[in-house]
Amino acid sequence: MTYDFLIALLATAVTAGTPLLFAALGEILAERSGVLNLGVEGMMLVGAISGFMVAFATGNPWAGVVTAVAAGGAMASIHAFLSVTLRANQVVSGLALTLFGTGLSGYIGKVMVGNPLPAAFKPVHLPVLSDLPLLGPVLFRQDALVLLSYLLVPLLWLLIYRTRAGLNLRAVGENPAAADSMGVNVFATRYLYVIAGGMLAGLAGAYISLAYVPTWMEGMTAGRGWIAVALVIFATWNPIYALVGSYIFGGIEALGFRLQVLDIAVSPYFLKMLPYLATVFVLVLVSKRNALTRIGAPGALGLPYDREER
Amino acid sequence: MTRTYFGFIVEKKLMPSPWMVALVPAASLLLALLTGAVFFYLTGRDPVELYSRMWQGVFGSHYGLSETVVKAIPLALAGLGLALAFRMQLWNIGGEGQLYMGAWGATWVALTFAGQPAWLLLPGMCLAGLACGGLWALVPAVPRALWKTNEIITTLMLNYVAILWVDYFVYGPWRDPQGFNFPLTAQFTEGAWLPTLGDSRIHAGLLAAVLLAVAFYYLIYRTRWGFEIRVIGESESTARYAGINVRQNILLVLFISGAICGLAGMVEVSGIVHRLQPGFSPGYGYTAIIVAWLAKLNPLAILPVAFFLGALQVGGYAVQTSGIPSTMVNMLTGALLFFVLGGEILLKYRIRRPERQEQGVEAA
Amino acid sequence: MEYLVEMKGITKRFPRVFANDRVDFNVRPGEIHALLGENGSGKSTLMSILAGLYRPDDGQIIYKGRPVSFRSPRDAIRAGIGMVHQHFKLVETFTVAENIILGDRNISFVLRPAAKERELTELSARFGLAINPGAYVWQLSVGERQRVEIVKMLYRGCQLLILDEPTAVLTPQESAELFANLRRMADDGRGVVMITHKLSEVMAVADRVTVLRGGRAVAAMTRGSFSERELATAMVGREVTQESRRQGSAEGRTVLEMRDVYALNDVGRWGLEGVSLAIRSGEILGVAGVAGNGQRELAEVITGLRPVQRGRIFLEGQDVTNLGPQALIDRGISHIPEDRLGTGLAPGMNAIDNILLKDYRKAKGRAGLIDYKAARSRTQKLVQAFDVRLAGLRAPVKLLSGGNLQKLLLARELSAEPRLIVAAYPARGLDIAAAEAVSRFLLQERRRGTAILLISEDLDEIFALSDRIIVLSGGRVMGEPLRTETATREQVGLLMMGAGGEAKAV
Repeated sequence: MTYDFLIALLATAVTAGTPLLFAALGEILAERSGVLNLGVEGMMLVGAISGFMVAFATGNPWAGVVTAVAAGGAMASIHAFLSVTLRANQVVSGLALTLFGTGLSGYIGKVMVGNPLPAAFKPVHLPVLSDLPLLGPVLFRQDALVLLSYLLVPLLWLLIYRTRAGLNLRAVGENPAAADSMGVNVFATRYLYVIAGGMLAGLAGAYISLAYVPTWMEGMTAGRGWIAVALVIFATWNPIYALVGSYIFGGIEALGFRLQVLDIAVSPYFLKMLPYLATVFVLVLVSKRNALTRIGAPGALGLPYDREER
Repeated sequence: MTRTYFGFIVEKKLMPSPWMVALVPAASLLLALLTGAVFFYLTGRDPVELYSRMWQGVFGSHYGLSETVVKAIPLALAGLGLALAFRMQLWNIGGEGQLYMGAWGATWVALTFAGQPAWLLLPGMCLAGLACGGLWALVPAVPRALWKTNEIITTLMLNYVAILWVDYFVYGPWRDPQGFNFPLTAQFTEGAWLPTLGDSRIHAGLLAAVLLAVAFYYLIYRTRWGFEIRVIGESESTARYAGINVRQNILLVLFISGAICGLAGMVEVSGIVHRLQPGFSPGYGYTAIIVAWLAKLNPLAILPVAFFLGALQVGGYAVQTSGIPSTMVNMLTGALLFFVLGGEILLKYRIRRPERQEQGVEAA
Repeated sequence: MEYLVEMKGITKRFPRVFANDRVDFNVRPGEIHALLGENGSGKSTLMSILAGLYRPDDGQIIYKGRPVSFRSPRDAIRAGIGMVHQHFKLVETFTVAENIILGDRNISFVLRPAAKERELTELSARFGLAINPGAYVWQLSVGERQRVEIVKMLYRGCQLLILDEPTAVLTPQESAELFANLRRMADDGRGVVMITHKLSEVMAVADRVTVLRGGRAVAAMTRGSFSERELATAMVGREVTQESRRQGSAEGRTVLEMRDVYALNDVGRWGLEGVSLAIRSGEILGVAGVAGNGQRELAEVITGLRPVQRGRIFLEGQDVTNLGPQALIDRGISHIPEDRLGTGLAPGMNAIDNILLKDYRKAKGRAGLIDYKAARSRTQKLVQAFDVRLAGLRAPVKLLSGGNLQKLLLARELSAEPRLIVAAYPARGLDIAAAEAVSRFLLQERRRGTAILLISEDLDEIFALSDRIIVLSGGRVMGEPLRTETATREQVGLLMMGAGGEAKAV
């Protein structure tokens, strides 16, 4: 393996990991508030197609990003209404959201299939940073959305662990009855973070259709939404670990097609299985560890809250 | 347990009233179709025409009806398998992958023993389908039983793996040399074809679905093992307290769940396609999740629900010719599920106008 | 301003019951006011209304001379009314300081823990409430958690403090300390309401008392004008005579013997460390102690739900160590678990299925299918014999009240004619009639010659039912078993505090 190959691999790992990162960060917010949202895949798809269409029509990728974020938030609000207000089964509601999003994106995206996007995000050159050895080409010759994700990770970490809002968020996810008794509005908090999580999922989708592979194909997220849900468990609901996990998974994906290019004797179908198999593998390892140490999910994850339920 | 919304009082009820239990699914369907209509209208299509063409496509001809049954067969089989797992709160989302693996196993038998008579091939393909689907489900079942590894994600990830696995074979070792380079296996010899009803495409899988539905009904509600499954589904802690082996049941139930999904894959290749090809399933394994859920996991209810969702699929194909992508069916089913979920609150609550005295209190 | 708060004609209905029926209640500043009543008399509901958790269907609340209507606990806390619930409302993964400042909007957006912790140490010291603001809640004892709850309310400047059954989880010594702290707060000009069903506590600290029975206020008295006997009569509604219900000592053969048993708890630490005990037939062995000191592990080890790591367990002389639940059920061990609905019963299944829960393996009928006809008639008989009020044989049991759930569970467990019964907190949370029924059934079993292990936090229950008493603390049996006739509560209390000096929590 040459140095150039390594640099290219690592740079692709970051690019491939970025949609996973956005989606995982979003899911961390939702799950921290106690709401499991399995609709990530659906929200990403709707984000991807709506962002693509607007960027295609306006020629401005940022307009696409804004649309995708709004669309992801709108999708998530359906889940918030069902699971927070109506206290529906969160697993089924999330699955319905994914199904709905898959169908919706396929329906409205039909006319767009196969169009390349002229106004895609391109890598930007930063003074000094981009010229650093190793770090420069890997981290800082990326597009604007990747750079945004660098900012988002520490910001969300600070929000969750170091602010009043984060204290409320964690309390609502751990023990909503305690939070409620101290005057934290459980419903508003859950709505806020489920919708914020959906917005990030929308952004994750937009990253795929506006930067990663700037085009539209039906079901183009290819299970990344689900990998992101798994990453949240791996990351123990911590944005920093989510970043690490996303790049590892991005690296596995990158390795898959880099090896393909190298004409290795392994069938491409097996290489494509890597991220999915790695997800299963990691999840098993993590649950084995958690079963021993009880590092756990937020205490009230998946449970609807009803003040007068006894 | 009372709450007031917009001047109406919402109270919790202990038992849902029977006519509401019937009304909610019907109303949910209507609302889902209505939402779809608004959406179609907004995207520049005529919803009335669209729905009537869907209706015509399904109920307008013998062909439409028999196609609906053809679609309903794998949906019912996979739905039965998934419902068994769901009853134990095991969220097997891997029906699609198990179906693919079942089809793969059946194909292996059909290709390896090509030319053998049906009495040998069909049972062999059934067994291979059951075994491959079941073993594929055991992969996530083992860590679930031992360490409570989240089976939603592992079963789902394995769907992608199974599909790539099948892709590898049909694009590679099993590709038909006479197939003009299409990714298809050779057509099965006739001994590997399931018998059909008259000259329709309805095949013996229908019989299997009906028999299994009845068998599962008795299994769950009348046998000791079914009793164990129901107790585990209610509470694992109660099950252990009653001396039930939870781990063993997790493995067994997920194996059977996957095996039945594998059988769905077997009947699809043996009864319909007569070969293995990529994308031979339009997401049956996923739609079957909805089938199981809408049927409230009741095996007998799964048959009509599978027919209904099969009809929706056929209706979707009927309008495809006029440039409407068939994925809009997914959208409609997603919306239907939203309304069913939302409708359940109506079963748990009663909404009424406040009496005068209570209004006085509200103002005070 | 004579009253700090005045509640007038408060009515609250739940689907099946009138929890409060036109209740009047008031508190003066500077007093400790006891709200006395049996379980299910509506005390907690009334105070939950005052604390903004429930909204009354009818009635009026006047606080500091002005009518108020609280929509949420936040409104109540902002007005200065705080409640310490029986089940603490603390976030276990948070520190003490984080729990206390939770929901406070006057703190800076970016948290500054160090400064807050200093402030909280000062505040708690002022009332003699020792807490460590930097400690995590999951590390704290029950007594410490209670102090955190109280400091939480003081931090918010509460003028009226409500405590729901605050001594239920405390040793007698800790209770005395709590009462002293409450007095200090009252002397500071605050109003303190203490919900209780224990007459001795009312006699010890209350300046005034209001008695609730069946959702109605039946008496309100001032210190000096009430006696323990009068209170008891008002609370129960009839003359109460203390009768010793245990009679005759059976003292048969040894049914259960545990020798130096070790077991792990849920987080992989020692839950039981070298427990040895023996129960004879016809004997009730009471296990006193604060929950979380090995009680659950003890019950689970005997019933086969938790593996024994070291040591042996014998049932009638036979080694049954680690045989597993099914074999132990078959050998005649019945179990009344602490979590009735989530462990002892299958919540969504009906009464017939729940009666079948332990012997469905034997319920074979035609073609190996379960014989539901026989099960149905058996259920009907048991429901009658144990006086369980069902909505219907086919209705899910989760709809039943706590008392009926427990009677259904007892019906199944006792009809198996067990040799040994492990009963964990069998009367917890039940109304008086149901609690009495539970005692009656257990004593009946004792007369029949069954050995019974009774785990309870309620010393009254332990003393009323047990022949001998042991104390479990930190996973060990403290000292020697005490004979009930000669034991005192103080003796038991000292043992409960264990070697560390304070009862440990989970």
